[in-house]
Amino acid sequence: MSNSEIKEPLDELAKYIETNLGDSLLSIEWEKDELVLRTQRQTLITVMAFLKDDSKCLFKTLVDLCGVDYPEDEDRLEVVYNLLSLKRNMRIRVKVRTDTASAVPSLSNLFLSAEWNEREAWDMYGIFFSDHPDLRRLLTDYGFEGHPLRKDFPLTGYVEVRYDDEQKRVVYDPVKLTQEFRTFDFLSPWEGAESNLPVLNENTGESKEGDG
Amino acid sequence: MAESQIKPLTLNFGPQHPAAHGVLRLVMEMDGEIVERADPHIGLLHRGTEKLIEHKTYLQAVPYFDRLDYVAPMCQEHAYALAVEKLLGIEVPKRGQYIRVLFSELSRILNHILNITTFALDVGAMTPLLWGFEEREFLMEFYERASGARLHAAYFRPGGVHQDLPEGMIEDVAKWAEKFPDFVEDMEHLLTNNRIFKQRTVDIGMVNQDEAQSLGFTGPCIRASGLPWDLRKSQPYDAYSEMDFDIPIGKTGDCYARYLVRVEEMRQSLRIINQCIENMPEGPVKSTDNKIAPPKRSDMKKSMEALIHHFKLYTEGYHVPPGETYSAVEAPKGEFAVYLVSDGSNKPYRCKIRAPGFAFLSAMNYLSKGHMLADTVAIIGSLDIVFGEIDR
Repeated sequence: MSNSEIKEPLDELAKYIETNLGDSLLSIEWEKDELVLRTQRQTLITVMAFLKDDSKCLFKTLVDLCGVDYPEDEDRLEVVYNLLSLKRNMRIRVKVRTDTASAVPSLSNLFLSAEWNEREAWDMYGIFFSDHPDLRRLLTDYGFEGHPLRKDFPLTGYVEVRYDDEQKRVVYDPVKLTQEFRTFDFLSPWEGAESNLPVLNENTGESKEGDG
Repeated sequence: MAESQIKPLTLNFGPQHPAAHGVLRLVMEMDGEIVERADPHIGLLHRGTEKLIEHKTYLQAVPYFDRLDYVAPMCQEHAYALAVEKLLGIEVPKRGQYIRVLFSELSRILNHILNITTFALDVGAMTPLLWGFEEREFLMEFYERASGARLHAAYFRPGGVHQDLPEGMIEDVAKWAEKFPDFVEDMEHLLTNNRIFKQRTVDIGMVNQDEAQSLGFTGPCIRASGLPWDLRKSQPYDAYSEMDFDIPIGKTGDCYARYLVRVEEMRQSLRIINQCIENMPEGPVKSTDNKIAPPKRSDMKKSMEALIHHFKLYTEGYHVPPGETYSAVEAPKGEFAVYLVSDGSNKPYRCKIRAPGFAFLSAMNYLSKGHMLADTVAIIGSLDIVFGEIDR
């Protein structure tokens, strides 16, 4: 599908959403040809219900819901909802920021698929969803502590399991690394040591004879 | 005699059960032989793929995708490659696109053979499995010839595919494609009108169209409910817009319809494979931008610049401009997508993997409520569940 074929109907939709939902939205942005709406926790349900039921939107499938962590921000956690409309053949993305203490309203009343996805986001990021029918951990072990996908959670984790021959059961020990955890910094000292973005963009756009 | 209230029986199905298709622990509350509530406990195969990818360069992340849905590995790589290419803003050469489509469809057949035959095994038919695995072996030989590995191929990479197909392989795929319809026919003889198979699957685990959408169903499972939704047609990627094929749909949305859709999809995949073979263009198979794709080995012997490119690519990797994308492919099981956030460095900032099986399994409670215990086995089989992608 060519770029304009996707973008034109989405462009129209963006205008339509702006006139109808303008007050509830923080911004409407474009990521290449993908439409991104930003909203707040308080208005999330209004926005989602509109996107789901309005006859020009009909985003009836919540394909994906996930968290992202930005530890340097005040509202460090972000919930990203990816919606799909089979009828209109369009995708849209909705984002909400939250911190580790405040709850995001659960969408399990609107979309059946939200239930497990929210459980996963809770498990992985510690994003709390209010009014969720059954907010248990999903992917991690029974009795696991911490939220592994947060940026401040170490890759190696805190505990490891082994079978203890004396106690005849599986026990949890603090992680012992037989070899020091190594992160190689391959970033070239000349470019992009601190992700210096405008410079990088120029470099990738350059033809083959660069500095290499 | 006074009536007494019987407490519902709690039954543990799995985590080690041959019909659970992996490590699924299903805690079921039973009223006699009727399922009142099914609560799948997953995560027994959780390996933290998303966390690991955040600590790897873009190229090093590719092999993790083979290990998600290990039944059809290349389709996962495809979604990741498309996401990275979109952020980089690069085009894949035509031949690269055709090879990708060819192997995506081979993967689809690989997946459907496994699913249909193990599903049949779960409901009591053993022969299809034995026949099907022989066919799968032929397909995995093609994998091996193209990439060097039967399963964990790491063949689709951002920018194209790793290397060109070896000589004579296309002809061999064509030969295989000639005799494959006989296998599908034989298998259908065993199953489609089989009385026992139909008794176990017809009207079991029905989903209507609204529920299917709300549950996040995609792929054969939503098509079995009568919705003609296929990303290869509706949002085509790579060379799919040049292919001529049909989308089979089911009418009833039960286990039997899901089986029928998959059988027909294998035939349609074969059509696409034949078109790929006929129209396979010549030319490079990966991007000619040596900042993304490695240079030729022969160039490295002569050109200093090529050597530097090679060194940089396999140490630092390439930098991806900041941005984000949600790129989806029609994997054999349904919509497999990668939500990739880049901060401009050489490692992904966030890589969320959207697995189709995750949505299917979350519907388990919904689908099996009120059915008999033996029906849950048929439902799990028909949903096409693989734990590599669900637990990630």
